[in-house]
Amino acid sequence: MALPAQKQTATEALLSSLHLPEAGCTRAAREAALARLREMGVPGRRDEYWKYTRPDSLITPDAPRAATFEAGEPMMFDAVDRLKIVFVDGVFDPEASDPLELEGVQIERIEDICCKDIHWAKDLYGVLEARGHTPVPRPLAALNTAFAADGVAIHVTGTPSKPISLIYQHASETSDAILHHVIRVESGAVVTVLENGPAASRFNKCMEIDIADGGTLHHVRAQGRDHERRAVTHMFTRLGEGSVYKSFTLTVNGVLTRNEQVVELTGDDAVAHVAGACVGDGDFLHDDTVFITHDAVGCESRQVFKKVLRNGATGVFQGKILVKPGAQKTDGYQISQSLLLDDDSQFLAKPELEIYADDVACSHGSTSGAIDETALFYLRSRGVPLKEATDLLTLAFLAEAVDEVEDKSLAEDIVSRLEGWLARRS
Amino acid sequence: MLEIKNLHVKLEEEDKQILKGVDLTVEAGKVHAIMGPNGSGKSTLSYVLSGRDGYEVTEGSAQLEGVDLLEMEPEERAAAGLFLAFQYPVEIPGVGNMTFLRTALNAQRKARGEEELSAADFLKEVRAKAKTLKIDADMLKRPVNVGFSGGEKKRNEILQMAMLEPKMCILDETDSGLDVDAMKLVAEGVNALRDAGRGFLVITHYQRLLDHIKPDVVHIMADGRIIKTGGPELALEVENNGYADILAEVN
Ligand SMILES: Nc1ncnc2c1ncn2[C@@H]1O[C@H](COP(=O)(O)OP(=O)(O)OP(=O)(O)O)[C@@H](O)[C@H]1O
Ligand SMILES: [Mg+2]
Repeated sequence: MALPAQKQTATEALLSSLHLPEAGCTRAAREAALARLREMGVPGRRDEYWKYTRPDSLITPDAPRAATFEAGEPMMFDAVDRLKIVFVDGVFDPEASDPLELEGVQIERIEDICCKDIHWAKDLYGVLEARGHTPVPRPLAALNTAFAADGVAIHVTGTPSKPISLIYQHASETSDAILHHVIRVESGAVVTVLENGPAASRFNKCMEIDIADGGTLHHVRAQGRDHERRAVTHMFTRLGEGSVYKSFTLTVNGVLTRNEQVVELTGDDAVAHVAGACVGDGDFLHDDTVFITHDAVGCESRQVFKKVLRNGATGVFQGKILVKPGAQKTDGYQISQSLLLDDDSQFLAKPELEIYADDVACSHGSTSGAIDETALFYLRSRGVPLKEATDLLTLAFLAEAVDEVEDKSLAEDIVSRLEGWLARRS
Repeated sequence: MLEIKNLHVKLEEEDKQILKGVDLTVEAGKVHAIMGPNGSGKSTLSYVLSGRDGYEVTEGSAQLEGVDLLEMEPEERAAAGLFLAFQYPVEIPGVGNMTFLRTALNAQRKARGEEELSAADFLKEVRAKAKTLKIDADMLKRPVNVGFSGGEKKRNEILQMAMLEPKMCILDETDSGLDVDAMKLVAEGVNALRDAGRGFLVITHYQRLLDHIKPDVVHIMADGRIIKTGGPELALEVENNGYADILAEVN
C-alpha cells in the first residue's frame, strides 16, 4: 500500500541525508531494514502509536542543535568495577575504552564482524527488530538497523566477573548518532550490561538481545542530566526457556526521550522485568513504550514505571501485555504511576492487555496523583520539614521501580542520584 | 505548658464552626484528660494544635511555653516540643519505619541546634524502646504503619513519642483498638515519660485507660467547648452515667 503523501515526503527527506554503510555482512540486513522503513514510513503525528509524543524532531534530516553536557560531578556507575566501552557522538573510542577482553564474553565492533563469513551476530542483527513491527510498526528501529554507524556485538558464554558498561559521550553540538548493539547470552550465562551518558545531540539506539535457555541478562541504564537530549531507543529481547531479563532505566529530564522495549517470551518459565523511574522538571517529555508478548507456558512479566513530574513535564506510558493462545499459566503484572508535583504537569497512559489463553493471571493499573497530603502532614507533625518530607515521599513513590534493580549497590547509586536531583529543586 | 484561650475554629472549606471557644491550660508535670461525645471536636482540637491544613482559627490563641503555636508550621511545632499521637495513624508505603523515626528525630534536633544522633546510638535507643513496647525488629523495618494491625499502629505512635521525647504530648484515643495487654504496655510507655517537665493531654472515651494513666484533671468537651472540668471522679461519672446528666446540668 502506498504511504500517505506527507509520510512519503518526510521519509524521503530523512533518507536523503543518510547513507547505507558499505559494511559487508550486515549489508543484506541493512538493505532489508531500509525496505521495511520505506514501507512503513517515518512516524507521524497522526500515528496512533505516536499520539502522545511528537516524533517531529526525531525525523528531521538534521539533528537539532544541543549543547554538550559537562557533568561536573562523578558520572553514574563511576564507582563500579566494570568493562568500559566508550562511544563519542556514536563512534567507538578505543582510547577511552578498556581492552575488549573479559573472561566469559567476546566483544567485537559491529563493523569487525562484517568480514567474517559465519558469525552468530549475523543471525541477530536486524532479526529481532524485523520481528518487532507487528502489530505496530517501529520505523525508527528499522532506520537504526539500516544506518547504524557503530555498535558492539557481545557474546556472553560464561559469567563475566564484572558488568559491561556502555558509556556514551556527547562532543559535538550537532551530532546525530545511530548505534546498534547485539547481545547473545548463551545457556546458563549471566551478564550485567550498563548504559549511561549523554550520547549525542540526537540519539537513536537499538539493542537486540537474544537470551538462550537459562541465560540471564541484567540491564541498568541511566539517562542523565543532559537536558537537551533527544533520544529514541529500542530494546528487542527474546527469551528462551527459564531465562531471565531484567531491565531498569533511570531517566532524568531531557527534551524528548522515547524508550521502547519489545520483549518476546518464547521459552517456558522465562522471566522478564522491565522497569523505569523518571523524573522531569520543566518542559520535558519521557515516553516509555513497552510491548511484552507471552508465547510460552508459565512465564512471568513485570512492568513497573514510576514518573515524578513538575513544572510542565510530560510523562507517557504505553504498555501492553499480549498473551498468545497456549501461553497458559502466564503471570503478567503492569503498573504505571505518576506523581504530579503541580498542576502544570501531565501523565498520559495507555495500559493494554490482550489475552488469548484462559489460565492466566494478568493485572494492570495506572494512576496519577499528587503527593499524599495526609502522609505529608504526618511527617511534618513529627518534625520533618516540608521539603524534606516531600522528597521522602517522592523517593518512596519511586521505590517500587528502583527495587527492581537487584544489585543493591547499583540501586543505592540510583537512589543517591534521585536524592541529588530532589536536593537541587527548591 | 499548653495554654489555649477562647479558641474558635471553623472548617476552611465550609462555613462550619467546630470549636466554639475552648479554654484549657495544661501545666508541666500534669496529665489532663478530655472526654466527650463523638463529634464534639476533640480530634479537631488536636489537629489544630499540631497545624493540620483545612481549619481556620477565627478567634483565640494557643501557646506552648508562652510561644504562639498557631503561627508555626507543623514541623516547627514538633521541634518546639508538641507531639500528637494520631487517632488514625497514617500508612506511608515506601518509607521504612526506622528511616522515618531517624529522619524525624534528627530534623527536630537540627531545628533546635542540637547535634544529630549517630546511626549506632539511634539504633541502640530505638531497639531498647521498641522492646519495652513489644514492637519487634521486623515491624521496625517495615514501611511506616503499612500492614500494621490497629493495636500495632497505636504502639508505634507511642514508640515515636518515646523517641522524640516531646514536652507536650497529645494522645488522641490511643486506647481504641488496643487489647487489655497492649493497653497496659501503652500506659506504661506513657507513665515512663511522665515527669515534672512534661504535660499530657489524653483524649479518650473510656475510664479503662485512665485506670492506668491516672489523670490530674478531667475535662468534658461537648459541641466545641469544654463544658465541665473536674478531678478523676468526673471520668468515673461519665463511665457510669454517660454524658446526659452533665449536658443537662450545663444547659
Ligand atoms: N474536614 C472536615 N470536614 C467536615 N467535617 C469535619 C471535618 N473535620 C471535622 N469535621 C466535623 O467536626 C466535628 C468534630 O469532629 P472531631 O473529629 O473533632 O470529633 P471528635 O470529638 O474527635 O469525635 P470522635 O470521638 O468520634 O473521635 C464532627 O461533626 C466532624 O464531622
Ligand atoms: Mg476524634
